[in-house]
Amino acid sequence: MEIPYTVSTRPDTGLWNAKIGIWLFLASEVMLFGGLFSAYIFLRIDAAPGMWPHGLLNVPVGAGNTAILIISSVTVVLAWASLKMRRYRAYWWYMLVTISCGVIFLTVKLAYEWPQKFEHFGVYIKPGALGKYEKYLGNERRAEKGMEPRIEITGHLHSQTAKEYEVALDPVNADPDNPAMDRPHFLPLAVTDKIATIEKADVERATMFLPTHSAYFASYFTITGLHGLHVLGGVLVFIYMWLPVSKKLYQRNPEHLANRVEVSGLFWHFVDLIWIFVFPLFYLL
Amino acid sequence: MNNPPDISQDPKEYEEYAHGVQKHVRGYLMVGALLLTFTAITVALSYVDFGTRKANIGIAMLVATLKAGAVAAVFMHLAAEKRLIYRILIFTGFFVLGLFWLTLLAWYDYPIFR
Amino acid sequence: MDASTSVETHHDPHAHAPEHEHHELGFWRKYIFSTDHKVIGIQYGLCGLAFLFFGFCLMMLMRWQLAYPGQALPVIGKWLPHIFGAGSMPDGKMTPDFYNSLGAMHGTIMIFAGVVPLAFAAFGNFVVPLQIGAPDMTFPKVNAASFWAFAVGGLIMLISFFVPGGAAKSGWTSYTPLAAVADTGPGHNPVFNGQTLWLIGFIFLITSSLLGAINFITTIIQLRAKGLTWMRLPFFVWAQFVTAFLLVLAFPPLEAAIIMQLMDRVAHTSFFLPTGLVVNGVPMSISGGGSPLLWQHLFWFLGHPEVYVLILPAFGIVAEVLANNSRKPLWGYKSLVFSVLVIGFLSFIVWAHHMWLTGMGSTVSAFFQTTTLLISIPSVIILSAFFISLWGGSIRFTVPMLFTTAFLPMFGIGGLTGIPLAFNSADLYLHDTYYVIAHFHYIVAPGTIFGLFAGVYYWFPKATGRKMNDFWGKVHFWPTLICMNVIFLPMFLQGMAGMHRRWYDGGQGWNVANEHTIWGLTGFQWNTPISWAAWIMGLAQIPFIINFFWSIRHGEKVNDNPWEATTLEWTAPSPPPHGNFLTPPVAYRGPYEYSLPGRERDFTMQNEPVEPAERARRKAPAELVPA
Repeated sequence: MEIPYTVSTRPDTGLWNAKIGIWLFLASEVMLFGGLFSAYIFLRIDAAPGMWPHGLLNVPVGAGNTAILIISSVTVVLAWASLKMRRYRAYWWYMLVTISCGVIFLTVKLAYEWPQKFEHFGVYIKPGALGKYEKYLGNERRAEKGMEPRIEITGHLHSQTAKEYEVALDPVNADPDNPAMDRPHFLPLAVTDKIATIEKADVERATMFLPTHSAYFASYFTITGLHGLHVLGGVLVFIYMWLPVSKKLYQRNPEHLANRVEVSGLFWHFVDLIWIFVFPLFYLL
Repeated sequence: MNNPPDISQDPKEYEEYAHGVQKHVRGYLMVGALLLTFTAITVALSYVDFGTRKANIGIAMLVATLKAGAVAAVFMHLAAEKRLIYRILIFTGFFVLGLFWLTLLAWYDYPIFR
Repeated sequence: MDASTSVETHHDPHAHAPEHEHHELGFWRKYIFSTDHKVIGIQYGLCGLAFLFFGFCLMMLMRWQLAYPGQALPVIGKWLPHIFGAGSMPDGKMTPDFYNSLGAMHGTIMIFAGVVPLAFAAFGNFVVPLQIGAPDMTFPKVNAASFWAFAVGGLIMLISFFVPGGAAKSGWTSYTPLAAVADTGPGHNPVFNGQTLWLIGFIFLITSSLLGAINFITTIIQLRAKGLTWMRLPFFVWAQFVTAFLLVLAFPPLEAAIIMQLMDRVAHTSFFLPTGLVVNGVPMSISGGGSPLLWQHLFWFLGHPEVYVLILPAFGIVAEVLANNSRKPLWGYKSLVFSVLVIGFLSFIVWAHHMWLTGMGSTVSAFFQTTTLLISIPSVIILSAFFISLWGGSIRFTVPMLFTTAFLPMFGIGGLTGIPLAFNSADLYLHDTYYVIAHFHYIVAPGTIFGLFAGVYYWFPKATGRKMNDFWGKVHFWPTLICMNVIFLPMFLQGMAGMHRRWYDGGQGWNVANEHTIWGLTGFQWNTPISWAAWIMGLAQIPFIINFFWSIRHGEKVNDNPWEATTLEWTAPSPPPHGNFLTPPVAYRGPYEYSLPGRERDFTMQNEPVEPAERARRKAPAELVPA
């Protein structure tokens, strides 16, 4: 006996097997990312004043990556529609675009965004020493305006000795009282060449922008990392469905291939969906 | 979408079927354009000051939910999906919201019945 | 055309599922990397039983320390350090760290590598497709992947005993910040340490459960035979169905938490590490801002549904064996189905009753107390339905039935003793005491595990074509039952006296365990008879192990339906061939048609057609109309 309903639908449910399977899997993925998002929520609510940063991520690049995923979502559903209409060449091209978009997304993230962060440096100043570095923090003005204090000096680590750090400052620390620095810019501003000397004795903690840096980066790298793994998985599955071996399945049973593409496409849309929430939560808010 | 008729056996039926799928394709392209537009809107709105940070977060999440809804309903065919799938997703949604909401209540002792 | 065979479209005559191959599979594809649900079920079963035995041995070691703290373990104590490292039992005396490792790993392995694979994956895989008349699971390759993920995960858990520093020792609950900082520092490898391996192994175990659960749900929905409507399903299938949903939806938040704890350990993040954390007198160099409470919420969001994962398959097995051996239909089938669905739903919104002492406010505490008490209602309904099912039956005390009838009062004790724990006021005192240990062990040990033993004896003939020996089955049963009670009953009293769980010295150095006597012995002194009962119970498992393996080859040969049961698996040959059924079965009636009036035999199988004469005779002919 063969396993029924792999391609055709069961009359009383109206569904074929893999459709139910993938939706159950996606339900579990909702709960998985739900767990991660709940961590985001509680870590952010509980963050001490000034400890949850804003404007550290590159918004145009992030928005561009968002657009790329959206485009790939469109192309994958068009690929599926092409298969349903039995137009293999169109399917092949749409699938290629989808795969390319996925690869671009990953490349931007892993070859640009993440390394940019790893090279950036941040120094948390001890509470007692905040006054000493007021010229880089601008907290008097911020206190007057009822804003959260700045407790970190960021930029590029120029050099360090046993007793101090030399930091090429970010604009927000080079010119802290400028009202333009109160909120993040759309186009990220370059690190200035103004160097600040910070004594290690005044430093609470100093790290690059790695997961260990703060609850914010811990969440950012973990969620985008896991999301990236899902993108990679989707890309690999799509590659398999695009290689010549898929043409063989198309010739044997085109509906079976269409169903497989639909199922992978559903997974891909879910990955896009998660990113739709990740982007504003980490890049904009 | 139902199984397409066999092109070799019923060419005319197949043509009708393909035409039906084609109509859906227009829908996909329109929703795609909509999503790109809303992404731009999300970014723009984040630079508008709605008073508190909570308000900004709320509005951004609302836009994100609309976008996600469009992806789910149109790209993932949820709008035309079978009851069973809806049931699975409704329970999932209930439990994930329960995870957020009940944990929040336990965390902060919100006095909802003051 | 039979609706249960594939209605393949007519332009693909050569398409068939890959496993429908006409040539003989090699040894590796047939027995090791099989995609056949029966082979996978047996693989899960053997591994699950092996892990159960291993976890049991860990406990027997712990019981030495509890009864004779600080004393050298005779004989075995000399060669254990050679296995587990010099730091475990120098001179045969257990170190506190090793005791904690035993405790943490006993819990983890028993639950996630023992009971869940056996109850859900092994029995579910083997029996469910047969009971619904299906040729296999809907996703056979995913099924194989799920087994191998489990095997890898279990192996990692075992390996963790042999790395420097030993296995995880922060409780099966891995509470942070302790778990996040444990097994680090000098003498520990940054990745190959007990706690990190525990986390990694767990991810494999979770993946295995998720894949398996997806398979079960889809199979039960899509591959039911013709005529097998939802309300004609054996209760075992319903139980596995709900269990699968619990696994699919409850495991992932824990997986998220495990990923975060891994990040804390390996990438030095602070998901669960609060600001200002000081370890061994030294402030930790971390970003801080994390929350230990977050771990608890995410853990118990799984942790509570997990306990229903542990019990529901056993309910299912009990239902089958009970109906079969009382020769009458189950009482209250609809109530059973409704109750199991309600349990499944409610189990997601009770989790904070494991966290009464974390300082949550009174409002949300009231919510969780209410839902926790509510969930006891369907459990009582199920147990009551089982008891009532016995009434007026012709009870045959076969070996499966012995374990099944013992299950009922044992689970009753376990369930009822949970009620005080549902109140945060009582739990303020009872939390983390031996009372809790007694409560949950009554449910899992003489509860679930008895159900699993019943299942093994019951379905062994279907898997092998032979019965296990009845005499040795009874020799297995009686000492096990008695010892279970000698072990766990006094623990309630130890707990009420105030003895804490996880005390490495068994209470020897604590007043509460030595001040007062309960039935003549102090709390600490009770450890001794409990330990002896545990070791005797270990001995009582030997007949089972020998019986099991011996009967595979030499057991009494039986026909396809030795228990004269009604459900569809007994219509297949024993053991069933690849594809299970020679012709696709059709169900014409409910699952428990025992002792139907006017029939020769006292049982009627589900696939027996309904003659017009019988249709006229039955009170509710409408129920026989095939869907």
